[in-house]
Formats: sequence, C-alpha cells, structure tokens
Amino acid sequence: MIEIQNVRKSFGDLEVLKGIDLTVQKGEVVTVIGGSGSGKSTLLTCINGLEPIDSGRITIDGTEVHAKSTNLNKLRRKVGIVFQQWNAFPHLTVLENVTLAPRKVLGMAKAEAEAIAEKQLRHVGLGDKLTTYPSRLSGGQQQRMAIARALAMSPDYMLFDEVTSALDPQLVGEVLETLKMLAEEGMTMICVTHEMGFARDVSNRVAFFHQGIMAEIGAPDQLFNDPQHPETQKFLANVR
Amino acid sequence: MFDTALTANDLVFLAKGAGITILVTAISVVIGTLLGILFGVIRVQLGPVLAAPLTFFLDIFRSVPLLIQLVLGNAFVGMVLQLQISGFTVACIVLSLYTSAYCAEIVRGGIDAVPEITRRAARSLGLTWGQDMRYIVLPLATRVALPSWIGLALGVMKDSALVYVVQVTELLKSTQILITRLQEPLFLLLICGAFYFVISFPLARFGGYLEKRWSND
Amino acid sequence: MFDYTFQWKQAFNRLPQMLDGAVVTMEIAILSMVLGILLAILLTVFRLSGSRPLMAFATTWVEIARNTPALFQIYMAHFGVASFGIHFSPFVSILIGITFNNAGYLTENFRGALKAIPDTQGRAGRSLGLTQLQSFRYIILPQMLRISFLPMTNQMVWAILMTSLGVTVGMNSDLYGVTQDLNALTFRTFELFALAAVIFYLITKTITLGGRLIAARLFRY
Repeated sequence: MIEIQNVRKSFGDLEVLKGIDLTVQKGEVVTVIGGSGSGKSTLLTCINGLEPIDSGRITIDGTEVHAKSTNLNKLRRKVGIVFQQWNAFPHLTVLENVTLAPRKVLGMAKAEAEAIAEKQLRHVGLGDKLTTYPSRLSGGQQQRMAIARALAMSPDYMLFDEVTSALDPQLVGEVLETLKMLAEEGMTMICVTHEMGFARDVSNRVAFFHQGIMAEIGAPDQLFNDPQHPETQKFLANVR
Repeated sequence: MFDTALTANDLVFLAKGAGITILVTAISVVIGTLLGILFGVIRVQLGPVLAAPLTFFLDIFRSVPLLIQLVLGNAFVGMVLQLQISGFTVACIVLSLYTSAYCAEIVRGGIDAVPEITRRAARSLGLTWGQDMRYIVLPLATRVALPSWIGLALGVMKDSALVYVVQVTELLKSTQILITRLQEPLFLLLICGAFYFVISFPLARFGGYLEKRWSND
Repeated sequence: MFDYTFQWKQAFNRLPQMLDGAVVTMEIAILSMVLGILLAILLTVFRLSGSRPLMAFATTWVEIARNTPALFQIYMAHFGVASFGIHFSPFVSILIGITFNNAGYLTENFRGALKAIPDTQGRAGRSLGLTQLQSFRYIILPQMLRISFLPMTNQMVWAILMTSLGVTVGMNSDLYGVTQDLNALTFRTFELFALAAVIFYLITKTITLGGRLIAARLFRY
C-alpha cells in the first residue's frame, strides 16, 4: 500500500504540490491526469524518493520514504519507475540494460539475471532484440525495454511518468498495450498520462490534478462522465 | 617563512628570464598566428588533396617533440647552413612554425564551423570571395577560434620553457641556474611556477568564459 | 652554400640503440597514461563528490597541471621534492611529472564528456536502486571513457612528446636520451635527431590513426 499524506513540495518560490492525500491499495491501478505544471509528475519522483518533500509523508508498505533512516536504494527495489524520456543506457545491449540492476543491486548471478531479463523482454515483445544496442531500437521499443528493465527487479509497485508523451503517435499504441497487460496481471500501478482512453479503460480510479491540488478522484466512469469539480469539467471539455 | 639566500640581484636575474619568456612567446605567437591564418586559409581553399603536402609539413610540428625541433633547427642553421644566427632567433623561428601548425588547425576548424549555406547566401547576394571572407566568415570563425587561440598562445608560453636547449636563458632556465647556485629548489621553483600560473590562469579562464558565452548563442 | 656533407649512414648504424630507446619512451608514455587515467577518474569522483576539500584538491591539481609548463612539473617531481629529502630516479621523476600532467588534462576532458551525458542517465540508474557510486561505475563512467576516447589518444601523443623532457632530469635510456648520448659520441647532431624525429613521427601517427580506427569501432552503439 502506498500512502500519501498532506505532501507539499516547492521548487524555489513555486509550490508544485499543495497538500496531496492519496492511498493506493495493492493491485490497484490509479491514473493521474491534469494539465502540464499540475504537479503530477513531481508526485511520482517524490514517491520513489528521487525528490525530497517539504512536509507531509509518503509511506510504502509502512516504510516512510523520506525518513532519514530509510535505505532508499533498498526501497527503490520495490518501486519501479519509467520516465517520459526512456533513458536507455546507450553503451549496454538490451539484455545488459535489463540485467544491470538485478546483478549489481540484488547480487544475482549472471545466468540467473539473464534468464529473468529474457523472460521480461519477451513479455514486452523484445525477445528478438537481446543483443541489440538501444540506438537501433525505435522509441516505443526503447520505452518497452525500460519497462522490462524496471520489471526485472520484481517490483511490487510501478510508477509510469507520461511514458508515451515523447513517442511518435504511431508508437504510442504498443507501449499502452504493454501497460494494459501489466494492469491485467494485477500489478499495482500509478500512471501519469495524457491518454484519456487508456485512463478510462485500465484504471480502477482516476485522479485529476490542478495546480498542485488533487481536485477530484473517482472511478473512471464517474470522473469522465460526471465530473464534479469545475476545473475537471473544463479540462475534459478541452481534451475531448 | 623561507630562510633564503635569494638576493635582489637574483630577483632581477629571474625577472630578466621572465622577460625573455614573454618576448619569445609574443614574437612567436604574432608570427605564428599570421602564418597560421595563411596556412589555414590555403588549406581550406586548396581542399584536402592539393593541400596534402602543406598538411604533412605542418603535421610534423605537432608530431615531433619541440625539443627535437629546436635542436634540429639549431643544427640546420649552424652546421648545415653555417649561418651565425643567435639562439634567440632560432628559438623564435622554430616556435613560430610550431605555433603556425596548431594555429592553422584552429583557423581551419573556425572556417569549417561557418555553415556552407551561410557562405552561399553571402555569395548569392553578390559579395566577392574577399568580402565574404571579410564580413561573413571571419567574424563567425573568430568566435569559434578565439578561445582555442587563447589556449594556443598560453601553450606556446609554457612550451617556450624548452628554448633553453638553444642557449636561451628564459625563466625556467634562470630558475635552474639559481637552483644550482643557491640549493633551494622548492622555493625557487615555486616562484617560477607562480609566474606562469599568474599569467596563464586568468587568461585560460577568460578563454573558457568566451567559449561558454558564445556556445550559448 | 652547402659545405656540410650529410652522413646518414652513421645515424642509421645507431638505429637499433635508438629503437631500444623508443621502447623505453613507449613504456613511460603508456605507464603514465594508465596511471593518469586512473587518477583522473579519482579526481573526477572528487569533483562530483560535493565535498569542498576534495573538490578544491581536484581543482588545484587540474589548474596547476594546465597552467604551468610540463617541464616545470617534471622539475618539481625531481628537484622540488629534493627539498623534502626525497630523491627519485630520473625514470620515476619523469613518470610522476607526465602522470601529473596527464591526470590534470584528462580530468578536464572528462568534465567535458560528463556534460554530454544527460542527467537522466544517473537518475535512471538511481531509480533502479543502484547506489550513487554504482550508478557512476556502471552507467556514467563507461560512457564518459568512450566519449573521451579521442581526447585520450591526443593526450597519449602529448605523453610521448613529453618523454623527451626526461633528459633534463638525467634520463638517458629513452629515445631522446639515447639520441643525445649518441650525439655526444659522434657529433652528427642533425642526422641523429632527424632520425629520432622520424621515429617520433611514426609513433605518434600510429597512435593517432590507431585511435581513430578503434574509436570507429567503439562508437558503434
């Protein structure tokens, strides 16, 4: 369970998170929508401790992320994250990209790590690209590789930060399919996205962020068909 | 801090050495830069094939230790040509050619950095080759080349420490002479090193600043 | 005008000795590069460490290496340390001097290379649970070394050229030292040093061209 309680976060004078409360249960898929600058991506980087927070608390299975005593490297094994920019390691092959963390962080033997990596890469449809360098992959393939790379750590939670935003339109579908597959397998996920169709189809709950505040959260049917908050109504009217 | 036998006369001796260092550097950088611009433009105009002999000639100065260039220059002038030329002159000639070889590379890099399309635009406006060079290529190329050129000039100053081999008593040689006499190597070397540093460091920083500012445009 | 008769045969007779010297020159250059690269990596870690004393140490090293003559640095390693009662052999002094210089310039090259690696690379490593040091070791460092490969071959050429300065601290087994000793025996200054120049030229060209060939392979990804 991920519990976010009254989290505030500023960059300089700009307060990007103004007291966020959100609880995500095991097995749940929560998507976060909202305009740019609404703070939704920042929330994800706070959840896995890449960004410090100013006040409030975030706990993952009872462990407080921003407590001094918390071993972040250990915690991050539980929480995979995939960014908008796919961040392939260009000097490593696809297989090496995926085996790096299991070997160096979990201390797995090479053969074992490769078996897991191969399984994950086949899972996301890259079984035939193991010895390829990332520069030879399309953006969609690189993004799927990044997903496999995170999955190879067997995380309990996955965070997706606008993973299709930097892709050419014709490549978006293959990545969304991969996310859908993960959701169906019961992975606990928080997805920040601009893909409304995806949010509607896949999520258990959809949250709408506006200027650092979670204006509204609800089941997809309710939020898309009967939005309560005026800003949600405005936002949805514009994206349709 | 230091209990030293260094006298005022010795300091004058060091200052003279520093003067020689600066003089050799200044002469070589001025002549070397003029030659380097000439060589660089010739190389670009002729193209890689026709300019190959010049490229090869200049490359020698960047591939052979400066110490050997100086010894060879001295031997060539003195033993082969049997001319009575001072070591100072030999030092300036060799260092000028040495400088020109590096400068030609910088000039070529600067000209290459001016996009072909910009030059074609200039020529299509009816500018002559000379006008194109003067008003378009030179100002743009200078921006690319100036930071590297500052680095080159400072490099020549540091490399001028090697002209001792043709009997020119520049700063480092003067320091060494005093070391032999006073037996205070560390103290004397620190004075000498500080001199180079005080000239080189601010100019190198200035070059870095220019590079940064112009690359942001 | 040319009263001088070249006696190339005299120089060529000494070629075996000079080639032995060239081997020593290569040894010094290669050793100083290996040590220089290791030290430059360490100095780069210092620069990234965020610790003020370590950063100041690295910066001081780099600035002294870049803003004083290489010959001065070699003198410091030989005559300078004598003030502390330390006496290095010519070989050790020249090795220290060139290594110091290499490390300084390479650290600066590494800094440029780091700028070319996006911040997101380290971030991606961290988000996989790698520690900061692991992230540097497995993700940043390999990319940094590849980007710096050509500057490193340039520095290798400089290292070769700098070995000639060993003669100033009494080195006589390297190519320049051997040539100078032969010159004292035969007085065929021009011929001997011209031959040495050719050997130096061939060595540095081999490094430059070899470096380009290897780089073309390294940058395949």
